[in-house]
Amino acid sequence: MNAFHLLSELTVFVLAVFVGLEVISKVPATLHTPLMSATNAIHGIVLVGALLVAVVATPALGPVLSILVVFLASLNVFGGYVVTGRMLSMFKPRQTAPPAATDGSKK
Amino acid sequence: MPAGAAESTTQLGIDFAYLVTGVCFIMGLRYMNTPKTARLGNTISILGMAIALAATGIVLDWPAAWWILSIGVGAGAAVGIYAARAVKMTAMPQMVAIFNGCGGGAAAMVASAELLKLHPGTAAIPADLAITSVLTAIIGSISFTGSIIAFLKLQEVMTGRPITYPGQQVVNGLLALIAIGGLVMVTLNIDTLPAFFAALAASLVLGVLFVLPIGGADMPVVISLLNSFTGLAAALTGFALGNNVLIISGALVGASGTLLTLMMGKAMNRSVANVLFGAFGAVKKVEGGPVGSSGSGVVRESSVDDVATMLAYARQVIIVPGYGMAVAQAQHSVRELADQLEKKGVEVKYAIHPVAGRMPGHMNVLLAEANVPYPALFDMDDINPEFPRTDVALVIGANDVTNPDARSSPASPIYGMPILDVDKATQVVVLKRSMKPGFAGIDNPLYELPNTSMLFGDAKSSIDKLVSAVKSL
Repeated sequence: MNAFHLLSELTVFVLAVFVGLEVISKVPATLHTPLMSATNAIHGIVLVGALLVAVVATPALGPVLSILVVFLASLNVFGGYVVTGRMLSMFKPRQTAPPAATDGSKK
Repeated sequence: MPAGAAESTTQLGIDFAYLVTGVCFIMGLRYMNTPKTARLGNTISILGMAIALAATGIVLDWPAAWWILSIGVGAGAAVGIYAARAVKMTAMPQMVAIFNGCGGGAAAMVASAELLKLHPGTAAIPADLAITSVLTAIIGSISFTGSIIAFLKLQEVMTGRPITYPGQQVVNGLLALIAIGGLVMVTLNIDTLPAFFAALAASLVLGVLFVLPIGGADMPVVISLLNSFTGLAAALTGFALGNNVLIISGALVGASGTLLTLMMGKAMNRSVANVLFGAFGAVKKVEGGPVGSSGSGVVRESSVDDVATMLAYARQVIIVPGYGMAVAQAQHSVRELADQLEKKGVEVKYAIHPVAGRMPGHMNVLLAEANVPYPALFDMDDINPEFPRTDVALVIGANDVTNPDARSSPASPIYGMPILDVDKATQVVVLKRSMKPGFAGIDNPLYELPNTSMLFGDAKSSIDKLVSAVKSL
C-alpha cells in the first residue's frame, strides 16, 4: 500500500515538474525577478503543512516552535505576494503614464 | 485518511479545493508570460493560496489551538507585509532571499514535526515517511541557513567576496555524509532521534558553509538555486504529509528555480558546479597579473560636458546598466537622462545582460521602478547586433559583462562568457567609481580602447550632472 501511494504521489510530482518547466520557459527575461518572487510566494504553501502540524491540540513541536513554524510560513506567503504585486505594478508599456511633473521639478 | 464517512466526504472536498489551488498556481505562472497579464497572474495565484488555506481551516483544531494560529499568522503577516512594503527596489534580491529562507525553514520544521509525532510510539517509522521527512529537513535546513547567508552578503552585513579556507570541500563533504548517514539510520530505525538531529544539525551548518565561498556576482545563480531547494523541500513535505497541493506547488517552484539556475549558469558560460564550488572572484587568484590586456595601458578620462555633448548629438545611445547602478540607486537619474536625450531626438535603448545585478532580472525591475517602459529594455541577443550602429554606449556600473577579453582572450578566466559588445559602438563612455577591477578581479581592456572614455565618480551624481549639462545644450 505504501509503495503504491508513494508512486502515485511521485506521478503527480513528476507531471507537475514538467508543467512547471513548460510554463516557466515562456516567461520573458524582463519578468525573471517577479517570477522568482512569485514562485517564492507559491512555496509559502508550506503554510498549509505548518497549520496541519501546528494547529492541533498537542503539537509535536510544542507551542513555541509551533508558533514559529506558522510565523515563518506566513511571512513567506504574505511577504512574497505583496512584494510580487509591488514589482509587477511597476512594469508599464511605453506611453501609458508619462509621469507627471518629473521633468524639471526633481532636484 | 480518517475512517468515518462524514469525515471522508470532508476530506474529499478539501482535496478538491487543493486541486483548484494547483490549477490557480499554474495559471498564475502562465499569465506571467507577458508583463501585461502578469498582475492578473499574481491575483489568481493569491486566490489559489486563499482557497487552500480556507480548505485547510476546516480540519484544524480551532478550540485547542486557535491562539497558535492567530499569533503565528498575525505576526507573520504583519512582519511580511510591512517588510515587503518598506523594502527598496534595490534591496529586492536580499528580500527574496530572506522570504525564501523562511519557506525552507518552515518546510524543515513541518517535516520534523511529522517525524517526531510518530516517534514516541514503539512502532517503527514507515520507510517512506522516514525518507521524505528527513530529506525535507535536510534540504529545507540548507535552504534556510543558506538564504540567511545570502541575505547577509547581499545586505553587505558581511563581505560579498568569497570566503574560503583550506579543506572547505572536505568539510562540506563530511557534513553531507553526516546528513545522508542520518537519513539512512532513521530509515532503518536505528537510533532514530539522535540520527535525525545529527542530520538536521549537519544540514544547517552545510547551508552556511556552502554559500560562504560564493561571491556576490554569482548571487543570481545561488538565489535561483536556493529557490529551487525550497520548492523541492515543500514538495517533499507534501510527500511526508500525503498532501497533493504541496507536491504540485513545490514541483512548480523547484522546476522554476532549476530552470533559472541553469539559464544563469549558461549566461556566464560556467557550469553550476563551477559557480558553487569554484569560489570565483576570490582575491587570491589573479593568475599572473593582468590577463591578456591588449590595450595601450592608457585610460582616457573625460569630462561631464564632453560626454553630454557626445550623447546629445548622437543618433542612438545604448545604456548598459550593471550592479553599480543599483548600488548608487541611479535608476531614476538614468531615466531622466534618457528622457532629456529623447527630447533631443536621440534614440535610447537599454541593454540588459542576463546576469547583470544580483538576481535574475534585477536590472529590469530597477528600471521598471524608474518608469522606463519595458519595450525599451533589450536582451543580450537582441541588442548585440545594434552596437555597431550605435553612436554611444553608456556603461553604468557594469564591468565583467562588457569585458572584450571574454570574447578574444582564451587566457582570461571569463573567456567564453557571452558579453554585451559595447566596444563595437562608435564611442563608449564608462561611468565608474574608480579604476578598481570589477568583481571578478580581472582587468577590463575595454577601458584602454581608443574609443572608450571614462567618467569617474558616483554613478548617480555623474548622471545628475549629465542631465543638467544635456539640458543646457
